[in-house]
Amino acid sequence: MRIGVPKEIHTGEKRVATTPEVATLLQKLGFEVIVETGAGAAAKFTDDAFRAAGAKVVNDSQTLYNEAEIILKVRPPKTDNDPAAREVDLLRERQTLISFIQPGQNQELLKELADKKVSVLAMDSIPRISRAQKMDALSSMANIAGYRAVVEAAQHFGRFFTGQITAAGKIPPAKVLVIGAGVAGLSAIGAARSMGAIVRAFDTRPEVKEQVESMDGEFLMLDFADEDGSGEGGYAKVMSEEFIKAEMDLFARQAKEIDIIITTALIPGRPAPELITEAMVETMKEGSVIVDLAAEMGGNCKLSEPDQVVVKHGVTIIGYTDLPSRLATQSSQLYATNLRHLLTDLTPEKDGRIVLNMDDEIIRGATVTHAGEITWPPPAPKLSAAPKKQPTAAPVKPVLEKKQSQVPVIVGLVIACFGLLGLGSVAPPAFMSHLTVFVLACFVGYMVVWNVTPSLHTPLMSVTNAISSIIVIGALLQISSDRFLIVFLAGIAVLITSINIFGGFAVTHRMLSMFRK
Amino acid sequence: MSQGIVTVAYIGATILFILALGGLSRPETSRRGNFYGIFGMLMAVVATIIGIVADNYFILIAAVAIGGTIGITLAKKVQMTQMPELVAILHSLVGLAAVLVGYANFMDQHNILTGIDKTIHDVETYLGILIGALTFSGSIVAFLKLSAKISGKPLLLPARHWLNLGLLVAATILGAVFVSQSAAGSGTFPLILMTVIALIFGVHMVMAIGGADMPVVVSMLNSYSGWAAAATGFMLNNDLLIVVGALVGSSGAILSYIMCRAMNRKFIAVIAGGFGTSGGTTVAGSEEEAGEIIAVEAAEAAELLLDAKEVMIIPGYGMAVAQAQHTVHEITRKLREKKINVRFGIHPVAGRMPGHMNVLLAEAKVPYDIVFELDEINDDFPKIDVSIVIGANDIVNPAAQEVPDSPIAGMPVLECWKGKTTIVLKRSMATGYAGVSNPLFYKENTRMLFGDARESLDAVLKSID
Repeated sequence: MRIGVPKEIHTGEKRVATTPEVATLLQKLGFEVIVETGAGAAAKFTDDAFRAAGAKVVNDSQTLYNEAEIILKVRPPKTDNDPAAREVDLLRERQTLISFIQPGQNQELLKELADKKVSVLAMDSIPRISRAQKMDALSSMANIAGYRAVVEAAQHFGRFFTGQITAAGKIPPAKVLVIGAGVAGLSAIGAARSMGAIVRAFDTRPEVKEQVESMDGEFLMLDFADEDGSGEGGYAKVMSEEFIKAEMDLFARQAKEIDIIITTALIPGRPAPELITEAMVETMKEGSVIVDLAAEMGGNCKLSEPDQVVVKHGVTIIGYTDLPSRLATQSSQLYATNLRHLLTDLTPEKDGRIVLNMDDEIIRGATVTHAGEITWPPPAPKLSAAPKKQPTAAPVKPVLEKKQSQVPVIVGLVIACFGLLGLGSVAPPAFMSHLTVFVLACFVGYMVVWNVTPSLHTPLMSVTNAISSIIVIGALLQISSDRFLIVFLAGIAVLITSINIFGGFAVTHRMLSMFRK
Repeated sequence: MSQGIVTVAYIGATILFILALGGLSRPETSRRGNFYGIFGMLMAVVATIIGIVADNYFILIAAVAIGGTIGITLAKKVQMTQMPELVAILHSLVGLAAVLVGYANFMDQHNILTGIDKTIHDVETYLGILIGALTFSGSIVAFLKLSAKISGKPLLLPARHWLNLGLLVAATILGAVFVSQSAAGSGTFPLILMTVIALIFGVHMVMAIGGADMPVVVSMLNSYSGWAAAATGFMLNNDLLIVVGALVGSSGAILSYIMCRAMNRKFIAVIAGGFGTSGGTTVAGSEEEAGEIIAVEAAEAAELLLDAKEVMIIPGYGMAVAQAQHTVHEITRKLREKKINVRFGIHPVAGRMPGHMNVLLAEAKVPYDIVFELDEINDDFPKIDVSIVIGANDIVNPAAQEVPDSPIAGMPVLECWKGKTTIVLKRSMATGYAGVSNPLFYKENTRMLFGDARESLDAVLKSID
């Protein structure tokens, strides 16, 4: 099947749904790849690079949509009234579209796509289960958004992030507060920490405390027992009024000393909660920066405006909604890889034919229209993104410590003692002296061999093998016999023990000369 | 030469042999140890030839010349990956020699003993031949299994424990018959019958042992070859043979014990055969564990390695099969040049005989001071950025710690999953010798690199350059 990657026409969108590197890998799955000319230009992937990766480059989107059976996109197809910009019209029956769709907000689009009998897989509807992490484009994009948010904040902030003591005076470190420790929040914490800032983070879900601390951030606890903000699928849910009041008090206190606030609080399917009030902004220091990652959904800060940078009460408030697109090369790479992983799952035979297996939880979840039907929302996924709680395998049974009854050992020793005594009472002294030698030699062997380093166990075996051929002495004692059969047996014994002696010592020598520092 | 001087030479040889084993305690002194061994052997043999042998020098010299040539040729030609096979076949020779010497001694009736001396002598002869025959046939089967001439799977006959017991009882009864007949001057027939039984017993014992238990088998046969020599020594009233036999026997026994401990198995359970004597439940790989595996290409693996600061390489039998040790060394060298700390973690039962991996790495010129044992290294894994598992399975199986009813529960394993990333090189998703599925492959921080270990590593090496 042919995969088509058109140029994104949304204003300001710089990402592209595949990269030359991924295009090569898609061809390994049996697909042909067609790219519209200039599709990757804004993300710094040239047409030549795509051609070098074996993709075909076509000049206009009409050809592309006509030739390709599968369309990979970033933004949902446009349904604008301007007929020139209607991507939906380019799609045709039985084509498969894989893209961000936002089915919740784009019911009209869904209906139109279903009517055209286009099969649509929405990258933002992939269930958040462990198995699907490698195709979780929302997380990929959130990660980039979090990083970029810090970069944007740094750009608008008049000071260093890191503290320094210089000849020209002391530079205090910047204090950053990250609200919402999801993927974007954690990424922002990491980025800000690595630039040297003091980072605090808040989240309504107490279980993310560990993750925040693993990123070297400080988790702000709310003295508020018994309320857990974890909702289904790893997202946060709406909190009670008292909780929100306590939370707002905390933010108000923090606002006075914090230089940079990055908010990432989102609740699925609802407007973003308002966390930073105008009063709080007023108390912030002159020159402080707020980056509102929720601006598109109404904003966590009262004063933020989508896609704008505004200065209010001396605080710069950044409301960009296209942060991933501002790191287009990186985000295209990650998004393309997410798409590739999904396509890998869709082509179990690696023959370039996709199979929409509706029994597969991931594919079922992602498919929003199929065969003329709207199949969204999917049945709820069963698992949370949190790792499956293992039935805490009882810390391995101390099998070794099993208290064995000492009785059999003692009984054995007693029997052995009596056996030896019995033997001693009848055996001739010559035998007993041999036995003494034997027992002592066993102990010497025991002491010596325990000191052998484990790395030399193989040479130990080959050298003991060689010296156990001392049995040759036995053969030598008999070889001078005058009976032919005995001479014959002894001769054979000398022959094979010679193999052993020479072979054993030689191979040991060969091995040991290899061991070097 | 007087008997006294021969005895002195024997004492010297004994001391040299003990020094030889003592020398192996460190790689620095090990070569000297080997020379002590050679010198000791030379001393004992020369003293015996000069002092005791009186005739048939031609046969003697011819036998030594032919045997020596064969031995040295074998030692020169053998691939380091085939060491287990070589050691097994050499063990069989010791066993066979013990049998031959036993028969020769039995037929050599010039030292007529009587009474209790005669009985003890007969019992010694009988035991020497028994252990020798057992070692011989067992080693042959082990050799065939190791060189993959026969399947490595355990052969589990229905009533195998009863069969073993029956053979043991038969051998004991025949022993009594032999002693009484021998006192009357005959006894050849029970001796031959016992030899046949011992041969069958050896075959059956090793056939029932699975491939993963091979290190135990090889070291156990090592031990038996020592006991055979010791029994022969009793038979011949020769202290040198007794001492050497005891040294070798205890050495093999200790190795067997170490191997069993490394697999958390009982020695008896290994010898009784099969994996997990409870039977039946061996392949109960819990299917629900199966999750998503993340495959990577060689180039990605190379990048992971280049980004790492601490790398741990965990080799297994797969590295030996693919002969990948030289490529591993090249990768190690390249990474170390880039100031990446590369170390090796060796599990005691990695490979098919004790110390197998160390020998292979030494052959590839990997310096031994970056090769570490399980106990030395296991606590360091949380600091490791990338672990590479090359053709190993059971020794890195977290099920040993996490699944209490797993057949390998409690076995010490290399905890590579505690590191940041693990790259597993594997030919396919098949289970290890133990037949236990490996949850490691499904862990989030595990990446699978499928293909022949050698080819994959060559590709990784190319990407590192």
